[in-house]
Amino acid sequence: MHRFLASIKKEFLLLARDPGGLIILFLMPILLVVTITLIQDVTFKSISSNSIEILLVDKDKGKLSSEIQKSFSEIEFLEPISEINNTPITEEEASLLVASGDYQLAVIIPEGLSSDLQNQIDKNIAKILEEFEGSKDYLDVKNVQEKLSEKVVKLYFDPITQETFRSSVIFAVDKLVASIETKSIYEAFEKELGESQSLKSFNRENFIKYQQINPSLSGESVLPNSVQHNIPAWTLFAIFFMILPLSLNLVHEKGQGTFVRLQTTPISYATIILGKAFLFLLVSLLQFTLILLLGIYVFPELGLPILDLGGNLELLYLVAFSSGLGAIGLGILLGTVFNSHEQAAPFGAVLVVLLAAIGGVWVPVFAMPDTMQVIAKISPMNWGLEAFYDCFLRKGSLMDILPEIGLLIGFFISTIVIAILYYEKKKAI
Amino acid sequence: MDVTPLIQIKNISKQYKGTTFRSLDTVNLEISRGEIYGLLGPNGAGKTTLISILCGLIKPTSGVVLISGKSFKTQAREIRKSIGVVPQEYALYPKLTAKENLLYFGSMFGMTKSELLPIVLSHLDQLGLLPFADKKIKTFSGGMKRRVNLIAGILHNPELLFLDEPTVGVDVQSKQAITAKLQELNKVGTTIIYTSHHLREAQDLCSLVGIIDSGKIIAENTPAKLIADTENARNLEDVFIALTGRELRDYA
Repeated sequence: MHRFLASIKKEFLLLARDPGGLIILFLMPILLVVTITLIQDVTFKSISSNSIEILLVDKDKGKLSSEIQKSFSEIEFLEPISEINNTPITEEEASLLVASGDYQLAVIIPEGLSSDLQNQIDKNIAKILEEFEGSKDYLDVKNVQEKLSEKVVKLYFDPITQETFRSSVIFAVDKLVASIETKSIYEAFEKELGESQSLKSFNRENFIKYQQINPSLSGESVLPNSVQHNIPAWTLFAIFFMILPLSLNLVHEKGQGTFVRLQTTPISYATIILGKAFLFLLVSLLQFTLILLLGIYVFPELGLPILDLGGNLELLYLVAFSSGLGAIGLGILLGTVFNSHEQAAPFGAVLVVLLAAIGGVWVPVFAMPDTMQVIAKISPMNWGLEAFYDCFLRKGSLMDILPEIGLLIGFFISTIVIAILYYEKKKAI
Repeated sequence: MDVTPLIQIKNISKQYKGTTFRSLDTVNLEISRGEIYGLLGPNGAGKTTLISILCGLIKPTSGVVLISGKSFKTQAREIRKSIGVVPQEYALYPKLTAKENLLYFGSMFGMTKSELLPIVLSHLDQLGLLPFADKKIKTFSGGMKRRVNLIAGILHNPELLFLDEPTVGVDVQSKQAITAKLQELNKVGTTIIYTSHHLREAQDLCSLVGIIDSGKIIAENTPAKLIADTENARNLEDVFIALTGRELRDYA
């Protein structure tokens, strides 16, 4: 115990006197979490509230295209532009402007859209009424075209626009066109059937509506936002980033000869590495505390949503503790296997980024291809992330996070055992 | 009185993985208590490999090493309590002070701070480092680091002390301070195993010298006897050249 405490004190002094190491361990994670959350929050707002200018090329110039233009201007996050320098925009110009990145989107309304849609609706109505009344008068009178070609509303996207933005726009356009079509159908019916009271009493509001609910394991409603999503993901990234300084700490120890001296003393390799593990575990919990405080006290000052701990502070710390252990185990294993800074630094950095990618820090696991979803399940960062989401977003209990906690602690024990076995084997070389 | 040799080396061989030659080839050696044993040899002769095996840092390919009759295979912890090691590198933490370094390494032998502090300060004083006890090692000169390096290996009063070129790269004053300290330790019963390329120093310091070349002990005796037995030799350097030749010993 005395040796273990002395090791912790030594590691503490070395870390406290290493400004570069302190910056990597404390300042970088804070910068990372703040920057990513700010960026993601702005991106989120840009789709939901801030206006994005889009080009609108009206080749139709009919009633329908006017309706579309009007409806586009009513969509919160889109601001349609149909003229530049008082000249209507052509499709070619729009294509070039989007390709050059000046605009993210151009919508091309095809020629004859209003008349063809009206013809199509008239034709359908005539057919319906004919079936009801057994007369061919409607078809004859209207003389509608038998076959109308489909009308395509073209959407030009800047290649750099993200899929989420495209999906949002396509969804909005789709909804708009559908509502205009419905409105036109109602109007056509009114025209054919006259000023019937029964038609006027039709409720034209959507009958089927949807309600967005974010269920939680505790039954409470949870409101996800950029902070609730980013704090767990990037805190975990920061905790696992500790792999780098920890493995370099071990490599450095080996390089400066102190390790040789320690090997000739009566202490075991386990004591040497557990002294480091203990200090770095404290560091990970301190990192976590700083990021929580940041989310609660600093984020609101930056215009970000406040971090909601969800009343699960003990569970959150349990997840941070287990994740810290997982990261420490991996860092010690790398530091044991590698002998030089040149080997450990790039490998450690790339490994953290890979684990983050596989673990779902950047792209949610459910959105990954099937193979990657399976691989994600073996990433310790994924275990930590799922456990954090259980606490932050799903309001889970201890039982809900127990499997992930078990995996992380098991991972820590396995990596430490492998490191000790490797060290013993290496001595025989 | 225990007449069993402190160190018994029986048929030790070492061949590193991936190499085609033996760094140590069937070495047999016995070193008694109270000796200052100089292990001398050209670069690549096998000195560091032999010292590393004796310290338990690496395992031999074959053969047996006994320290006070104990084997690293079964009593490694017991052996390590009784040995001190002064590596060739400055095995110290540059960002810790001399005192912090020494308290830490001393604590690895199970000594408490209250036990260690007077010992640390006494050694620092004897080697002229007391005024610098609270200065960081990174501010020390090469000679000062060497002296702290030595103290870190003797804090627990080891029965057997290994030194790998303890005076390399230091000024005359530091060299004299270190050799004086080693003689003092030897007087109070510490057995010393020492490697060096300073043959004049070894001649003055060692009670017994073993010359190793190509993984074999090729000569062993007191410095005076080795000089006397070698034709036209006036000192240990002449003996060394006579036994190992003038050929350069570059290896990679």
